[in-house]
Amino acid sequence: MTRRHHVRFRVPANRKVRVGLAVFLLLVLVAAFGQLFVGHVLGQSANRLHAGGNLESPSGRHWLGTTSFGQDVFAQLVAGTRTSLLVGLIGGAIATALAVLLGVLSGYTTGRSGAALTAFVNIFLVIPGLPLLILVASYTRGRGGWLTVAVIIGLTSWAGGARAKRAQTLSLRNRDFVEAANYSGESRTRILLLEVIPHLAPVIASTFLFSVVGSIAAEAGLDFIGAGHASTVSWGTMLYWVQSQGALQSGAWWWFLPPGLCIALVGTAAGLINFGVDELADPRLRTRKPGSAAGRSRRSGGVTPEGAR
Amino acid sequence: MTATANDTYKAPDTAPPILEAVGLTRHIPMHGRRHGQVVRAVDGVDLALRRGQILALVGQSGSGKSTLARLLALGDRPTSGEIRFDGRPVNAERRRDRRRHYGHVQMIMQDPFASLNRLHRLRYILSRPLRNFGTPGAAELEARIIELLERVNLTPGREFIDKYPHELSGGQRQRAAVARALAADPSVLLGDEPVSMLDVSIRLDILNLLTELRDRDGLSMLYITHDIASARHVADEVVVMFSGHLVEGGPAEAVTQNAKHPYTQLLLAASPDPDRLLSGEAGTGTAAASLAAAAGGPDADDDPDSAAGSATGADGGTEAGCPFRARCPHAQAICAERMPEAADAGSGHWVRCWLHT
Repeated sequence: MTRRHHVRFRVPANRKVRVGLAVFLLLVLVAAFGQLFVGHVLGQSANRLHAGGNLESPSGRHWLGTTSFGQDVFAQLVAGTRTSLLVGLIGGAIATALAVLLGVLSGYTTGRSGAALTAFVNIFLVIPGLPLLILVASYTRGRGGWLTVAVIIGLTSWAGGARAKRAQTLSLRNRDFVEAANYSGESRTRILLLEVIPHLAPVIASTFLFSVVGSIAAEAGLDFIGAGHASTVSWGTMLYWVQSQGALQSGAWWWFLPPGLCIALVGTAAGLINFGVDELADPRLRTRKPGSAAGRSRRSGGVTPEGAR
Repeated sequence: MTATANDTYKAPDTAPPILEAVGLTRHIPMHGRRHGQVVRAVDGVDLALRRGQILALVGQSGSGKSTLARLLALGDRPTSGEIRFDGRPVNAERRRDRRRHYGHVQMIMQDPFASLNRLHRLRYILSRPLRNFGTPGAAELEARIIELLERVNLTPGREFIDKYPHELSGGQRQRAAVARALAADPSVLLGDEPVSMLDVSIRLDILNLLTELRDRDGLSMLYITHDIASARHVADEVVVMFSGHLVEGGPAEAVTQNAKHPYTQLLLAASPDPDRLLSGEAGTGTAAASLAAAAGGPDADDDPDSAAGSATGADGGTEAGCPFRARCPHAQAICAERMPEAADAGSGHWVRCWLHT
């Protein structure tokens, strides 16, 4: 029970983190319940053709106007949010899990097996990500939908994060407290899980945030070049139709701006949340009350209590 | 303070050895341009730590003291040689055997800011060795942790049990580190410069805690230091290390009052004479001040280049003679050829120097 009470959630003191979390939460809510709202309250659906006129500008009936096929852009955006977020979260989770597993193991293991693991990570690091992604996606095209895309993205984008974990682990493995844990009779697994990995928490959190953004961007990229799943609605497929239908030339801003802005919004939210991850591995920062001197000095970029030790 | 040490002083030969090193050697291979060469960190060291006594290992930075301690703790593997615990050779190949050794021999590290994981409370840090080396139930565990905290004078233990390391001062942290070592219920403590990172005013507290553990609980201790004055203060026996070799050893009084080896004499000359300081008011302040002054002594004396070059013996493994000959005022031709065997200087005091053979 004592272990629990220092991981309990509290509202972060940092305003940037709050804004980032709020934006992210809003997108999650839209992804979860947006389609119910669109279907039952607005009476629209993402895939219905000729729901309105072609390329209508925003109105009370079509909040974000219509596409050149007469589809409702707002309904598409809401449906796309769900697809893109799911791809982002699943792809990001897979990439982060692989990055932690292979990074920490390759950093902590010595000798031949450590060298082999590092070589494996390095090979994946130099394989160009997007071409590999396109190659694999073109084989699975049409099968499995967005889930396949998410898995492929996760499996091809972990190497950079693994290198970062490896570097951190290398510096942690020779710390005195790791040696002391060994003298305390701790097993290797326990040292890794409870002494080393908790120190990586900020790096893991920020890897996850940017893997999510990266996966969303990769998915949008695949869809944009037409290598995705044609009938799913995502921010990427929206941009694909925007481009192929020449929406930019006809000035249909209500069609091309929203998906682009949404992708930018996710990136911004991730960046803002990232300001708060330092607290994850420093009980000194965690125990400060919101709005205390420590919180303020961190926001203004001043000295942390570390310097005043 | 010296008086306390004298009261509890036992003749070194009476107690049986508990932890022994026999011909212990650690050569560390070098990388990069000096590939193929080795650093002879520890070179054929014979050492016997006796039951219920404190053995001080004195030497300058880079002389191999810490490597020797890590070898004895099984934190590192020797190139050759043997470690014996209670007369039996210690097998370090299998993890199970190493763990059993950790149960007997525990290490206290130099830097209490680095040796405690800042993410864990003292409750967790101390519970791990208790669980790993014994099987107390959940209810008993808390009582044992509080008992440990109070044993190292972190009182009341109930107030310290849920503290994070950053909520403690340096001295309190080092006490917590001592408590963690004691949690395994060891019979030997290896203190790798346990006070050198601490503020002068609390060094004496920690040293007194260590002597108390010897006197009250009969623990044996290897006290590593570069401060020969504090070695005399706490230890029953002193051995002096230079460049991976032990050069002199014996009862603390004999070694510090009647040093035979030129290196020991140099170390003593670099530290203020404890008798001169203690003849005045032998208060805590004076003794602490002498420790502080002595701490900087031998290290500050050395020019970094020559110290690193001669002290580590990184010479491609061709070294045959006495490692101290380059800086020795009494160097002779024979010093370059080989190192002499230990010569007896009476009542357990020995020295390895051609001047005394």
